[in-house]
Amino acid sequence: MITADNAIILGLAVPLIVAILTPLFASRPDIRDCLGPIGGVISLYAAILVARAVIGGETPEWFIISISEGLNFSFKVTPLGAIFGLVASGLWIMAAIYSVGYMRGNKETHQTRFNAFYAVAVHAALAIAWSGNLLVLFIFYEVLTFSTYPLVIHKQTAEAMRAGRLYMGILVGTSLMLLLPGVIWVWTATGSLDFVPGGILAGKIDPAYVPWMLALFAFGIGKSALMPIHRWLPAAMVAPTPVSALLHAVAVVKAGVFTMLMVVVYIFGYDFLAMTGGSVWLIWLASFTILASSVIAIQKDDIKARLAYSTISQLSYIVLGAALANELAAKGAALHIVMHASAKITLFFCAGAIYVSAHIKNVSQLNGLGYRMPLVFVAFFLGALSIIGIPPLGGSWSKFFLMAGAAENGMIMVIIVLAVSSLMNVYYLLEPVLRGFYLPEKSRVHVEKLPLVVIPPVITAVLCVVLFFVPGPFLSLINLMVMP
Amino acid sequence: MIDWMFHLPAIIVVIPLLSAIIVALLPSRIGWICASISSGLSFWAAIVLTAHMLDAGSLMRMSYFLGGWPPPWGIEFSVDHATTLVILVVTGLGFVSTLSSNALLLNDIHSDDRSRFFAAWLLTLGGLLGLVMTADAFNLFVFFEISSLASVTLVAMGSGRDKRALVAAFNYLIIGAIGATFYVIGVGFCYAMTGTLNMVDMANRLPLVTDLVPVYIGLAFMVSGVMVKAAVFPVHFWLPPSYGFAPMAVTSLLAAIATKAALYVLIRIMMTIFGGFPDMPLMIMQWVFIPLALMAILLGTVLAIYEKDAKMMLAQSSVAQIGYIVLGFGVATLAGVQSGFIHIANHAMIKGGMFIGLGGMAIAVAGKTRMTSLAGLGRRMPITSTGFLICGLSLIGVPLTAGFISKFYLVSAIIAAGYWQIAAIVLLSSALSVIYLWRLVETLWFAPADGVETRLPEQAMIYIPLWILAIANIWFGINAGMITGLAKMAATSLFGGMS
Repeated sequence: MITADNAIILGLAVPLIVAILTPLFASRPDIRDCLGPIGGVISLYAAILVARAVIGGETPEWFIISISEGLNFSFKVTPLGAIFGLVASGLWIMAAIYSVGYMRGNKETHQTRFNAFYAVAVHAALAIAWSGNLLVLFIFYEVLTFSTYPLVIHKQTAEAMRAGRLYMGILVGTSLMLLLPGVIWVWTATGSLDFVPGGILAGKIDPAYVPWMLALFAFGIGKSALMPIHRWLPAAMVAPTPVSALLHAVAVVKAGVFTMLMVVVYIFGYDFLAMTGGSVWLIWLASFTILASSVIAIQKDDIKARLAYSTISQLSYIVLGAALANELAAKGAALHIVMHASAKITLFFCAGAIYVSAHIKNVSQLNGLGYRMPLVFVAFFLGALSIIGIPPLGGSWSKFFLMAGAAENGMIMVIIVLAVSSLMNVYYLLEPVLRGFYLPEKSRVHVEKLPLVVIPPVITAVLCVVLFFVPGPFLSLINLMVMP
Repeated sequence: MIDWMFHLPAIIVVIPLLSAIIVALLPSRIGWICASISSGLSFWAAIVLTAHMLDAGSLMRMSYFLGGWPPPWGIEFSVDHATTLVILVVTGLGFVSTLSSNALLLNDIHSDDRSRFFAAWLLTLGGLLGLVMTADAFNLFVFFEISSLASVTLVAMGSGRDKRALVAAFNYLIIGAIGATFYVIGVGFCYAMTGTLNMVDMANRLPLVTDLVPVYIGLAFMVSGVMVKAAVFPVHFWLPPSYGFAPMAVTSLLAAIATKAALYVLIRIMMTIFGGFPDMPLMIMQWVFIPLALMAILLGTVLAIYEKDAKMMLAQSSVAQIGYIVLGFGVATLAGVQSGFIHIANHAMIKGGMFIGLGGMAIAVAGKTRMTSLAGLGRRMPITSTGFLICGLSLIGVPLTAGFISKFYLVSAIIAAGYWQIAAIVLLSSALSVIYLWRLVETLWFAPADGVETRLPEQAMIYIPLWILAIANIWFGINAGMITGLAKMAATSLFGGMS
């Protein structure tokens, strides 16, 4: 039996090994493409061991080296980190299988480079999840940005290169100019960067500065795509769909909101944040982002662009949960990482499946396609329902907690924002499904049968349902997260 | 039996000085080997000295009386932790760039001239070491001149490839002489008021002087003289041309260690000689150093972005990097001075490595360093270019490299001292520096070469020293405790002199 401490090493090493082995098997694509799913299974196993240890009250830890006095290069799993670790590794399996089908079906070039950097990105996401302090988190935050750049510019067209520049410009720029000083400010104020339940800043910093410090984090963590620094996410949709699915619906953006939650829960401490009122402005900015990006999403005809704006909106749910700064909202935010990840990856898988089998990428062209690809459209339907937050799908849990959190603060407006956003979700996420089943087909398109891109969305859609009935492990983890 | 430990401070300086004379007399082909052995010995002696100093505790100060004459009459070499750190950097980088120098010279210098070249090389090294080691204000001037004249010779030897090197060397000579003269005038004022040349003795007597005007004039002359040598804005203008036109080997040596020694002297003057005046040096550091450093940082970065020659680009970036060090000193807190020392060490490794790597690649195109002639070389010389890239990433402060540690400590010190706007400027310029590095990366890897994609031969004596530095950049980015610890002790010992 592997101990939880060793499971950290295993979980972090496997994606790296996959990344190293992939180029070695460049000439034998079948072996190369098996590496990802196998790596995913092993990583998930490690993540489960780690999560079980955390639920059992342990703190799995891997100390590597002391960088300098007070700064350690180490991994230490918090309950929130265990959640993100499960999400990133579990969905990697599906995404790895899916990307084989997609990349081959679409006859993409540079598949070896693609698979290798894909694995490095997963490694970075897991390292972020299990990081032992804010510095390690920051380091792997940057690794994640750099490792996803080759994936974004994968097609190497002028448009992709432009998107790549925007992607790097915003993510690297904000992290260096805002996030890093934020981290350093915490370090100079407290002399520590450790994640401590209840936070480390209380009493160490003048409450008048709290909103400013929070702003450094909120805008410095560009990956959480808060407006007005969200532009990189729609631009990154130029990447192949497996990248959009795993990275720009799960790993990268969730790393962003995860960092935000970690900072609020373990660095500020939500009690301290609530007491100082330093996060009130963020509640309104997040609410604005939720509504504004829903409005934009409605106007988008391109499925991936619509999903991207939907992601921006959903990410702000999590930022909102962090900003509300109470126990229920934090729980809701943490749960939403899981629920939104599984639902949104389903939607992206479906969008990619439609593109690769029928070469359609606009919502308006979907008429009547539902009967031709029933499984894909049903999966899309379930994913959409989960994001809207309708029982019996996982998404209803997180929305429930978020609304309860808003109610606890007495913020009726926030509840209204959430409700209005759900209504808009209904409109723009169900439209593709309705067109697929209720409108007559305009012209008969050729639909290829590609099981490898159909099975993963079906599985993740089923997962959305399962998460409603069996949220147990995640509920215990979020309960542990808010325990002092 | 001789007590070697006791003589170490002198040995470290004497090895390169003596071997300079020997090398000049020996045949050209063994010049490089002798220079390598001699700088290696010096480095080894520095390591032994460092180990000894670390054992001895944080306020240890070692004194060596030249010729057995005790100060204040005789010349004293003095070693505290600040000295140790800088000596270690100067000898270490001196050794590594000596290793790569012969391969880098290739066509720059005729093989018959090599013994003279390496004699000047060792004199530069010895002069810089003496500069750091001496505790005598006038002796410091002597070492200043030794290192200046020797390095001017080295720069002038670039004339084999480009005649403009002679102009650059001449400018360097004149400006250097003005700097040294300013310094010696300043020393003269202080000597007139105190009657002593020993730094510690002078520090003890200065507070007793009643007429402060000559002392302040002396301080002003000394500081501005050393600032010329350290290439602090606005007296940095000699640096880009001399680095740009010097042979690549020389650039790697000068960029890594020459300005570092002068920066050390700068902080030594402020905090040891004038340590007895708590207000005036502090005021100069905060009101003169910080603004000048910020100008240097912004100007150096912006000029580097627009530079069309890769070597000049790195030289401009050196101006900015010197600004970071001066900025750390200017904050004038323990953490600030510590960050200055950290960057002295880290920047030496970064720039030394980058110039060696650039030289290694430029050899393939007959020593040309214009961006256009470097196109595609990254793909064709993967070993050298990867090492170069690692040092480059360290330059812009990517996490897990030494440059990140520098940036982290510098910004921490600035924020802790409450200078928010300055922290913003530093971070802005570090983000801007990504642009010029990225231009290099795009040229080296992504720009189309002229149809040829074959691998080019890479020389082991270039990429081995380069990779030593590249690995050091990563190692000290992850296990930074050694450098940050030494730098903290260095700063503590300087502040100990101030109280």
